[in-house]
Order: sequence, then C-alpha cells, then structure tokens
Amino acid sequence: MNAIDVIVTLLGVLLVFLVLPLVVGQTEHKVMAHMQGRVGPMYAGGFHGWAQLVADGVKFAQKEDVVPDGADRRIFQLAPAVALLPYLIVLVAIPFAPGGGVGQAIDAGIFFVLAVMGAGVLGTLMGGWASANKFGLLGGLRTAAQLLAYELPMLLTAASVAMAAGTVSLTGILDGFEWWWIPWQIVGAFVFFTAGLAELQRPPFDAPIADSEIIFGAYTEYSGLRFALFMLAEYAGIVVLCGLTTVLFLGGWHGPFSDSVGWLWTLLKTAVLAFGVIWLRVTYPRLREDQIQRFAWTVLIPLALAQIALTGIVKVVI
Amino acid sequence: MITLAAETRGFLSPAGVEIVFLLVGLVTLGAAVVTVTTRQLVHSALWLVATLGGLAVEYLLLTAEFIAWVQVLIYVGSVVVLLLFGLMLTRAPIGRSPDADSGNRPVALGVAVVSAGLLVTLVVDAFRSTWIDVSPARGTTDIMGAALFRHWVLPFEALSVLLLAALVGAIVLSRRTAPSADGAGEDR
Repeated sequence: MNAIDVIVTLLGVLLVFLVLPLVVGQTEHKVMAHMQGRVGPMYAGGFHGWAQLVADGVKFAQKEDVVPDGADRRIFQLAPAVALLPYLIVLVAIPFAPGGGVGQAIDAGIFFVLAVMGAGVLGTLMGGWASANKFGLLGGLRTAAQLLAYELPMLLTAASVAMAAGTVSLTGILDGFEWWWIPWQIVGAFVFFTAGLAELQRPPFDAPIADSEIIFGAYTEYSGLRFALFMLAEYAGIVVLCGLTTVLFLGGWHGPFSDSVGWLWTLLKTAVLAFGVIWLRVTYPRLREDQIQRFAWTVLIPLALAQIALTGIVKVVI
Repeated sequence: MITLAAETRGFLSPAGVEIVFLLVGLVTLGAAVVTVTTRQLVHSALWLVATLGGLAVEYLLLTAEFIAWVQVLIYVGSVVVLLLFGLMLTRAPIGRSPDADSGNRPVALGVAVVSAGLLVTLVVDAFRSTWIDVSPARGTTDIMGAALFRHWVLPFEALSVLLLAALVGAIVLSRRTAPSADGAGEDR
C-alpha cells in the first residue's frame, strides 16, 4: 500500500463520513414527517427540501459559539471533537465489499470498533461535566450509567458472532458467512442493535438527552458549530451501528451478484436498519431511567448469555 | 527470534519504530505524572485517558493488536467512565478541589518511587540486552490466544474464579441492607 492508496482510502472514508450521516438525517426529517401525517421540510434546495440539512449546517455555522462563564473552557471546547472523531475512525475498519473492500483490514476488528465506539462516549461525559450546568451534569450521569449497562450485552453478542465465525476480524467474519447464521444469531442481532441504540442515546433510550425534561442533557450549554458536531456524531453513530450490525449479523455484502454489487448490499442493509432506527424514534415513548437500567440487566444480558450458550452448543455439535 | 543485542543489533542506531516507541513512552510518562499531580479531580481522570491510550499505542507498536484494543475497551471505555461516573455522582467541582487533598503526598511519593524502582530494576534485570524481533508480528490474536489457552490456562482460570468471587461479593454487598432495615427494604 503506497502513499496515494492511503490518501485515496482516507478521502473515501471522509466522504462517506460526511455524506451518509446527512442522508440519514434528511431521511429522518422526511420519514418522521410522513409517519406523523405532515410533509416535512419542502423548500430548501427545491426538490422536497433535500438541502434542508445543508441549510441547517449553514445556520449552525453562523451562530455565536458561546462558552459559559463558569465552564471548564478547554474541556468544554474539546468535547465535541472527542465525541465525533471515534466514529470517523471506526468507519475505516468496516468492510463493505468482497475482496478487500475495506478501508483497512484490522486483525482484531471487532474489538477495535467496539473499543473506539466506547471511547466516543467520553466526549458526552466531558461536555456534560465541563458545562457547569446541572442539566449537563445530569445528562452526563445518565450517559455514563447507560453506557456501563449496555456495553456488556453488546460485547457479549459480538463475542457470540466471533465464536460462530472463529475469528475476531470483521473481514474474516464476512468471508466465513453462511446464510443460516442469520437465524442462528438472530437473538444476538436484536441484543446488539438494541444495546447500540442505547449507547447512541437514540429514542426510546434517550433519557440522557431528554429535551423535554433535562433540556438536552450534556448538550444544554452548547450552541453553534459545536452543537452541530454533537448532532453529526449522533447520525454518524447511527451509520456506524447499522453498518456494524449488517456486517456482524446480516452477512454484510453477501447477496445475489455479490461479486459485482456487494457494496450495494451493504448499503441497502444499512439503510433498512437506519430506517428502523428512525421508525423506533417515531413509535416509542422515552423509557424512564430505571426502566432503561432494568431492561439492560434483566432482559438484554440474559438474552446475550443465552445466545452465547446457543452458539457454543451449535459450534460443538457441528 | 531472540538473540543478544550485542551480536546482531546496536542500541545506537534505532529504527523508526523504536524512536516512536520511546517518544510515545515519554508522552505516556508525562501524562501519568500530570494525572497524579494535577489539582483538579476530573482533569486527573481525563489525563488518565491519555496515559492509558499511550499504553495502548505502545502495545500496538509491539504488534500486540488484540491487547491494545482490549486496553482501550476496558480501561478507556469502561474504567475511566466508571471513574467519571463516580466523580460526577459525588464531588466534581470545576476548578481546584483542595478538600480532596489528603496530607499523604510525601508518603504516596515515597511508595511510588520505591515501587517504580523495583519494577524498573526487575524488568531491566530480567531482559538485560535481549533482542525480541517483532516482525513478523508476534502479538496477533492467533498467537496471543494460543499462548493464553495453552501455556497460561491455569492462571487464566484462577483469575476468572477470582473475578467471579468479586462479582458475587459485589452482589452480596449491594443487597445486604435490604432485609435488616425495617421498612426501608421496600424501595431499595
């Protein structure tokens, strides 16, 4: 791999990173609107308001960037970057097409993506603490509690897939994929996806940002571009979570004619999952904090352990 | 694989990776020193992130990819989050927190210097001028797994029993107050 290859790969990842979250965001505008019997943004850009998010971005960039008086300035300003960058880095490791269709194949790929994604939550914690705001602190607390509860089921189900495939490399898992892995690992897929939603603090697990009770939690004091970066991190997180679920549980690029259009399968499966994420936001009310904790410890973790047991049994039998 | 440095390599003509290793080591050491000397509690926890991250980079440079990512996953992703959670839940003022200082600084410094001296002496004495060639990679998941479950499986099992005991202990401790307190057991 020479220097030009590296630059092209990085530019490609950056492009995906900049485009896909915006597409998801715009889809969310429109899908939510139609599910609620309205049309959503219609004017910006002409055709069905496709440029609404670009306009939003311009608006955010023009706003004044306020740092509260009592805040810890440097940490407050650093937090959005810490929240956003991990998702950019994770994208490098997600395989999207057969035969080396991946930014960089990583030996311990599963651990890499989960580790880096977990580190992203530090950004929210830093922001929540450094704002010197009680709602910020509450949001930070809830974020931390939620992460601690949901990291475990996520890891356990990822371990189940690694057991099934006999490797911890994402490309290796896809190379060994068989269609019957989907029913075999379906419980794990549910647990992984749900725990991922909770880590991203998407509805119905959005008690940490709950705009109607603790006013966006850790992001209360943020304005302008920094707030936009946190939002971008949320949508980039959706892309990464859906991409990862696709790769681990839904066979990634596998599908008819996967040799030529493998990347399209990845994109399609990711898009369907992302649609599900938006659907859940429109459908379910926000869970209470204690319900969130109870769901993790009494439903997801037992399910994840059961999935690991099942994986182990099938693995020994065949 | 393992030869004496004096025979094949000199210490005075380091390769790029070795220089990077040393520089990252210095940064990690610096971050560690700031972690224990800063006067702000939360800053200390955040510098700990830098220290542990630096260690992960060192593992990467030694081709131990799996260890590096697990280091980030467990320490940066969970232990530091737990620390921050604890701090936020109890006392995490912005700015200095002099009431958190305990007058044990000199004693702590003494203990730290002694244990650091001991560890450095041990490692230096154990390896002396041993040269371990890390290319081809000797720390891949394959090799680590084989070593862990073939040669080190007994310590591994012993550790897992220890962790299980700690887990059970934690559950017992957290449930202890429930039946004894009259009436308070309702909403634990």
